[in-house]
Amino acid sequence: MKRVILGISVLAAFAACDSSFAADWRQFRGNAANSVAVDESLPTELSGETIAWKTPLPGRGLSGPIIVGDKVFVSSSSGYGQDRLHVVCVNADSGEQVWQRQFDATGRTMTHDKMCNATPTMASDGERVYAFFSSNDLICLDMQGKLQWFRGLGSEFPNASNSLGMSSSPVVIGSTVVVQVESDAEAFACGVDTVSGETKWQIERPRAANWTSPSVLPATNDQPALALLQSSKGLTAVDPETGKIVWNFEKGASTIPSATVSDGAIVIPANGLTAIRPSGGKFEELWNSAGLSPATPSPVVIDGMAYVMNNAGVLSAGNTSTGERVWQLRLKGSFSSTPIAAGGYIYAFNESGTAFVVKPEADKGVVISELDLAETILCSPGASNGGLYVRSDQHLIKLANPK
Amino acid sequence: MRADCVYRRMLLSAIVVFTFTSERSRADDVADSIKLLQSIEPGGKGTGVARKAVDSLATSGAVLSVLKGFRGSSPLAVNWLRNAFEEIVTAEKAASKPLPVEELKGFIADRSESPIARRLAYETLRDQDAAIEAELIPDMLLDPSPEFRRDAVAKLISEASAAEAAAATPIYQKAMSGAVHEDQVKQIAEALRKNGETVNIQKHFGFLSQWMVIGPFDNKEEKGFAVAYTPETTAAEGKPLDPAAEYDGQLGKVKWQAVVTEDDYGVLDIARQIQNYKGSLMYASTSWKSDREQNVEVRLGTPNAWKLWVNGKLVFEREEYHRSSAMDQYKVPVSLKAGENILLLKVCQNEQTQDWAQKYQFQLRICDSTGSAVLPVSTTAKNDVTSGENR
Repeated sequence: MKRVILGISVLAAFAACDSSFAADWRQFRGNAANSVAVDESLPTELSGETIAWKTPLPGRGLSGPIIVGDKVFVSSSSGYGQDRLHVVCVNADSGEQVWQRQFDATGRTMTHDKMCNATPTMASDGERVYAFFSSNDLICLDMQGKLQWFRGLGSEFPNASNSLGMSSSPVVIGSTVVVQVESDAEAFACGVDTVSGETKWQIERPRAANWTSPSVLPATNDQPALALLQSSKGLTAVDPETGKIVWNFEKGASTIPSATVSDGAIVIPANGLTAIRPSGGKFEELWNSAGLSPATPSPVVIDGMAYVMNNAGVLSAGNTSTGERVWQLRLKGSFSSTPIAAGGYIYAFNESGTAFVVKPEADKGVVISELDLAETILCSPGASNGGLYVRSDQHLIKLANPK
Repeated sequence: MRADCVYRRMLLSAIVVFTFTSERSRADDVADSIKLLQSIEPGGKGTGVARKAVDSLATSGAVLSVLKGFRGSSPLAVNWLRNAFEEIVTAEKAASKPLPVEELKGFIADRSESPIARRLAYETLRDQDAAIEAELIPDMLLDPSPEFRRDAVAKLISEASAAEAAAATPIYQKAMSGAVHEDQVKQIAEALRKNGETVNIQKHFGFLSQWMVIGPFDNKEEKGFAVAYTPETTAAEGKPLDPAAEYDGQLGKVKWQAVVTEDDYGVLDIARQIQNYKGSLMYASTSWKSDREQNVEVRLGTPNAWKLWVNGKLVFEREEYHRSSAMDQYKVPVSLKAGENILLLKVCQNEQTQDWAQKYQFQLRICDSTGSAVLPVSTTAKNDVTSGENR
């Protein structure tokens, strides 16, 4: 009964405190961390006309933009050692910078050349924004850029770093920011209080390099929302309030693409792709498909189909009831960015900056349009109020139908 | 008339007293707020108080006081102070109040202040007036701030690359005297060598090139990382290295052997210079003579798991294999004593078979926080760039 009340209250809290929640894009892969832009209508015929604006950004970044109301937030890092941290707030309509705040990294900033310190995507609860960096600096600002708290997890736990870089993006569940800090030398996950910045809980994690991000299993009548922590060992469901482990999927999983939740089932990048359905503190395995194997981008699940991108830039669509692969579509180039689904289309950006709009049909995928933005794009895009937002190392870009 | 005059005097005195008291009170508030931010501790404790302190400072206009607060503050406190500074600048701009440009320039010029704060002041002024770069940067070549140095070096490289070879050499040599970043040093060294100059990059960066190495010891299944073999137990007891000692190794008896690296960047390549014993570990030791007690940074690059002892004390350990390697990959703050200091490094190789997992090497240097070499007492020249043949 207590859990029922808790589940309902979490949902009620979302609905009551912020009616714009549904239109926002508040964290990596969206509010539900599933890359689906609900009720969004984005441009399908991409062209120069659909570039609403292009705003210069400081430094570099692989982090994707998040959108809260009329503000777009994105992080960057700059300097010879990538030790200058930036949080930039841009007006969603005009593209003008509203404010920028800078900080100094307190943890290790070394990354592979392709990555940089600003790799994790920011998160927000609608009142505050949370920026996380490869250096394990976790920064909370209010919507006006005033520092609320600063956690130097890199200096508090100096061995929890990876010389190739860390990329796990935080998620906010209720009043907790959940972060995974996992490396060969030290690994932990923790829940940080959104208001005070203090640690609510911290649990040891498998000591191995891990670039995945936490996912969110939404609250149900008999279960509050859970944080899903993926690693090479599998997937662990954790109570975000206490850090208590609720269940464990122990068949191993990828350390780069992250699990996706859709309609109460979880699609895990594990041995290809594995689907499970959690219920009442346990889970049931639905299917496994070796033919659906995501590379860097995470799976996108919508309307009974799972979409995965492999290393060769081939987009595969699989039936989420059976795991059977239905069609494949070869796009151009390599992809680091996780596509998003909106209005019945898939939007994907390759590393050389070409945007593709794909129309998924019953037995095939069709490229409706593409646009070469001519800048390296490694981030996952965000969508809100008719705008598709993406960042390169140089710019934050909004794509939208011309007004 | 006389009463009116007295009244006016009294009023004036009251205003002066009130203003003075009010100013002093405001100054006290600023000082208190800065102290609060300086005392912030890791772990998220006390952030509510810190937020109030930033609020209080935001409307104070006290840019210089906040910047001065950076000196000696922890990295965490520096981030709070930076946010307070940015809040003040935002408020001042919104109120169309000018920044105290001359005072800020004076602050930037004061090398005893925090390099981060000085850079912040500089970038704030540069946003208003780009001309400040040409005015201030040329004097920053030997600045305590690596960022200022980088700009000054870049300016000289640009000048040198536009000059004829003979004229370029002294400009490049001057640039080298301040260069602390690998990419700039590489670029300068290449240009100087092309012009027939000898460049000792090892000495420029302070790499340690002469080592005594012993091994292999067993590290099968990566278990040796946690095993204290005799060289490390001896070091931990504070005993000096015995060059004649013989220990049981992985493949039989092992003895210390002298190994020297001539690599520009001090890489001692165990795989090439000794052997890539898979599932093994080596100990490398060297001594470094300091003319005084001093705090330095030991900067290490290695793709292998490692432990480092300085004068018998374990200063850091890291169990990570083959996640890349680079110069200055790890920065370990260390206190050195006057006289000989003994460094002992444990370097571990695992049994991964991939091509990219075959490196068994390290590079280690001693420098200050700017990345500028700190050399042992026996070495005289800080930056060794002399005329001569190409290396």
